[in-house]
Amino acid sequence: MPAYNEEDSIRGVVTDVIQSLQRLGLRPDVVVVNDGSTDGTVSAVRALPCVLLSLPFNVGKGAATQLGFRYTFAGGCDMVVQVDADGQHPAGEIGTLLAPLLEGSADVVIGSRFLAGGGSRSTFGRRIGIRYFNALQELLLGRRFTDSTSGFRAMNRKALALCIEEYPDQYPEPEAIVMFTRRNLRVAEVAVHMNERSGGRSSIGMLGGLLYLFRSTLAMLVTALRTHT
Amino acid sequence: MDIVVPLRIQILSIIGSVFFLMLIGRLILKGKLREEYAVIWVACTVVLLVLSFWRAGLERIAALLGVFYAPSLIFLAALFGIVVFLVHLSVVATRLEHQNRLLAQEIALLRNELRESQKP
Repeated sequence: MPAYNEEDSIRGVVTDVIQSLQRLGLRPDVVVVNDGSTDGTVSAVRALPCVLLSLPFNVGKGAATQLGFRYTFAGGCDMVVQVDADGQHPAGEIGTLLAPLLEGSADVVIGSRFLAGGGSRSTFGRRIGIRYFNALQELLLGRRFTDSTSGFRAMNRKALALCIEEYPDQYPEPEAIVMFTRRNLRVAEVAVHMNERSGGRSSIGMLGGLLYLFRSTLAMLVTALRTHT
Repeated sequence: MDIVVPLRIQILSIIGSVFFLMLIGRLILKGKLREEYAVIWVACTVVLLVLSFWRAGLERIAALLGVFYAPSLIFLAALFGIVVFLVHLSVVATRLEHQNRLLAQEIALLRNELRESQKP
């Protein structure tokens, strides 16, 4: 769980995730990666029954998430679930996310709010951006994902092994899909219902949004070319 | 096209080049500039020096390359050099960023390990 300045929501999210894991009969191991937060995130997490990895400064969501992957991989985990710390991902749906992994029908599972059965209210700009990524990915991969920016994901150890070697930097989700698919990992989407963020702000602003689109477009093209074998 | 560079500017450019060379030398000695970069700067200065002494050189080279207006050759070469060097710096910055990211991750892992080991 990567976290950057999420002191308002982190406690609730970690608690929800732990409860959800316990309900599923899984070991409730939660790893929070603090990406150089400047608020009370660190002290909030210290009081919780979870592991805290604290980066010395802000390195971006991709690098923070990758750190979580490295830690869990070294710890010998068979499956990892990635959850945003802002509370928009429903911990109760972790079971839905893990089902394809447990069946062995996928290596990576993405929780989609747009797939039939899921749902969430999202801002206009964000919807446009997501549409665009979806179209670009369809072009590059010949396959349509409905929610490529979703950071609510689960993956098995095979996918984890790839992620600790290479993982995109800043806003990693759309690029990671390209990477997974190109490396012949089986990527599945399941419908989940997402919440409004319960605290903090989106890490992507208005102007930053355009820059993000451009940067990610380039990055996806590069990822597609680099792994073209 | 015999004497193309007036004496005054020739002396000025020689002095300028020598000063620049001394500056680079000082930076290297003080450890403020890595030799790797210094090589490029020294090479540039040597080219300037050669051209300062060899007055008709620039005209000759320009004529050889079919450049009509000799000074534009200087601009072309300088711009090209600067662009190449900037790309090189971007490559270096990218590598440093990557190493920085790995270091940050490593620090976070070590911090955690330290904390764990200090727990009773």
